[in-house]
Amino acid sequence: MDLPIPNPEILSRRAMIVAALRSELPEDAVIDDPAETLAYECDALSAYRCPPLAVVLPRSTEEVAAALRICHGAGVPVVPRGSGTSLAGGALPTADSVVLAVTRLNRVLEIDYDNRFVRVEAGRTNLSVTGAVEAEGYFYAPDPSSQLACAIAGNIAMNSGGAHCLKYGVTTNNLLGVTLVLMTGEVVTIGGAHMDAGGYDLLGLVCGSEGQLGVVTEATLRILPKPEGARPVLIGFNSNEVAGACVADIIKAGVLPVAIEFMDRPCIRACEDFAHAGYPDCEALLIVEVEGGDAEIDEQLGLIRQIAMRHDPVAFRESGSAEESRKIWLGRKSAFGAMGQINDYMCLDGTIPVSSLPFVLKRIAEMSGEFGLDVANVFHAGDGNMHPLILYNANKPGDLEACEAFGAEILKLCVEVGGCLTGEHGVGIEKRDLMSVQYADEDMEAQMRIKDVFDPKWLLNPAKVFPLAQSAGRRGA
Amino acid sequence: MKITSERDLAEAIRGAEHGLRIRGGGTRTPGKQEQGEVLDVSAISGIRLYEPGALTLVAGAGTPLAEIEAALGAEGQRLAFEPADWRRLLGREGEPTLGGIVAANSSGPRRVQAGACRDALLGVRFVDGTGAIVKNGGRVMKNVTGYDLVKLMAGSWGTLGVLSEVSFKVLPAPEAVATLTLHGLDFATAGAAMSHALRSPFEVTGAAHGQGRTMIRIEGFAGSVAYRAGQLQSRLARYAPAEIDHDKGRNDANWRDIRDVAPFHGAAGDVWRLSVKPSDAPGLVERAGARDAMLDWGGGLIWLLTPEGTDLRARLGHFDGHATLIRAGQETLARIAAFQPEPASIAAISKGLRARFDPRGILNPGLMG
Repeated sequence: MDLPIPNPEILSRRAMIVAALRSELPEDAVIDDPAETLAYECDALSAYRCPPLAVVLPRSTEEVAAALRICHGAGVPVVPRGSGTSLAGGALPTADSVVLAVTRLNRVLEIDYDNRFVRVEAGRTNLSVTGAVEAEGYFYAPDPSSQLACAIAGNIAMNSGGAHCLKYGVTTNNLLGVTLVLMTGEVVTIGGAHMDAGGYDLLGLVCGSEGQLGVVTEATLRILPKPEGARPVLIGFNSNEVAGACVADIIKAGVLPVAIEFMDRPCIRACEDFAHAGYPDCEALLIVEVEGGDAEIDEQLGLIRQIAMRHDPVAFRESGSAEESRKIWLGRKSAFGAMGQINDYMCLDGTIPVSSLPFVLKRIAEMSGEFGLDVANVFHAGDGNMHPLILYNANKPGDLEACEAFGAEILKLCVEVGGCLTGEHGVGIEKRDLMSVQYADEDMEAQMRIKDVFDPKWLLNPAKVFPLAQSAGRRGA
Repeated sequence: MKITSERDLAEAIRGAEHGLRIRGGGTRTPGKQEQGEVLDVSAISGIRLYEPGALTLVAGAGTPLAEIEAALGAEGQRLAFEPADWRRLLGREGEPTLGGIVAANSSGPRRVQAGACRDALLGVRFVDGTGAIVKNGGRVMKNVTGYDLVKLMAGSWGTLGVLSEVSFKVLPAPEAVATLTLHGLDFATAGAAMSHALRSPFEVTGAAHGQGRTMIRIEGFAGSVAYRAGQLQSRLARYAPAEIDHDKGRNDANWRDIRDVAPFHGAAGDVWRLSVKPSDAPGLVERAGARDAMLDWGGGLIWLLTPEGTDLRARLGHFDGHATLIRAGQETLARIAAFQPEPASIAAISKGLRARFDPRGILNPGLMG
């Protein structure tokens, strides 16, 4: 994965740039000590690292605006950062960039139960948004697995999803408004507590733009009343195909579970060894969760049981208590940790039409043999969002490269069957060079025109999303 | 000019020397009559892919809504966002098309629970003002690959590009439906009752008020609907006793009337549509001094019937949200912008987008300010 060569002219002005930032920001909001900037050298895609020129940690929209105005004036690229949990390298710096982290912007500004929204500063963590409203019986729906750590700013940048978005949608479906600071330092308010945009849907455009259009400092988020209850069921099958067919039948029957999670044999084994959740020994496992009052849950699970039985499952385990529910989810929720204990791994994020599930799983297994790397599958089956985990050994020369090549082939396969490169993690640098698999030049040109409008000098997170050759002219490279 | 394929569409736009008025079914575009040749795209039509098990549908932008609804209905599915039919409201003929629905981001009462048209829209193909064919999104439910031009196209009224194909997430139609009706509430009390219902865990899929009736809709499996309707009835008893109606035919008709603003059909006056913070709605209705008013989306959407020529925005002053003049005479529309004027910073971005997607200014010139 290439990053642009740092601009030596900017590097030579480092002291001046830091001094300019210090002149307008509080002393502790600007970091240039190399020992400290090292902490910002990567995000959760830790195979790639590069310490930035400097880091700014503003406490207010005004301070964000000041930092951006200065960098704009000095022609310095800015890499916005939430909590640094991106799996796609969205917050990876270049040596000639200033990292702008919004972590200190973490206050709750307004809670409005009557209108069912909360307004927060964008550095606030995902889970703590729910934390602010759950005593009153509400929650914020998008639930990426990093929700304990990840910031709303990053969720908006990547349009994050989670296990429960089959029913509740992803970030863009739960975002009502933002305060956005443009690269020039101009502060723009988009949307608010009302439901629809007046003119163009700029909110929809900003959400998922990977920090390339502006820095979000405040967000108005839709909150929902908690369901009366929820209960999962665990269903085991002896083939991936049959499990896939069962998913399609559940969906067709009109049940809309909040989550349908799918794990294949390698993943089931690893989770079982790690968490001892008592999973059955089988080829494919579904965890289906439904919500509502007790009678409503019984009604839905009864229907799911009927459908599942038609597919001859090897196990059907309905939770009868909170403890049993916890155990059913335990293995799934520890999947990434379990895999991490066995091996280094790369987590992919392609989405496919649900109908292609069996075919894609079969092809991945074949390719696993060809590349000589093991792969485990755990994913959100209801919406086709796959998370193949490719296992490799970071200390073995050539293994990372082989893993990346394998990953690229899987993502190409996702596009071939009618899906896409990334369902919820974002493009970042990780999938940047694969964009042309999914999009023609005209398609990318149309997207880059958007950035031309918001950030004409291409200073915000410029080396991401679009293949470098594609964006070279615009980046002035 | 009648277009029959995406390629013809690209050619027509590339060759255009003057403004074009983009038309699907011609049933909903607001604003004043502009000059320019009509570009009729209704023949880019037909369902290209429908996978009920994957909840996805792809169709040409000119496909009539009726054809889509018939195909979905045969599989017990539907477009959950409940697109509106404005023909009787605006006095238009023609056949509503999928592309028109997307261009207007048209969403009905279920918006409060299922989201808007833009939330169900998974992918688009369109031709921009330079004649380039562009695709964005796709046909899967989760897709964050590159920028989301899908949302941008929804509600852009054909001013950034002309849609040729759209793909949607569809949902199963429910087994049962029930509506709770409370009579005689004023707007403030109705607003409070709707908020109360929407704050409950009972998944309200419609909350509207007008003609002295406050209506709350529940959908799902029969047992569940009965249970939730009962729960809501007792919780709303403090506002008024609620009648519960389980009849599907009557429910469909009643919510169609709300969706299509039936009380204003044929009534004299201008029609305004306001998107607001729900709890602001009763106060705004009072300030508006309209001939008639109706709330949908639990108060988040206000429909107003005002005397001809009323400058509602001037009358209301600043509020959080926006107002669109949906129906008025040409004389009024010459004086009052149909779309809410934007603050300078937003207007600059909108203008920039338009200049880049339609540099010659030929797509629906004059529309959207």
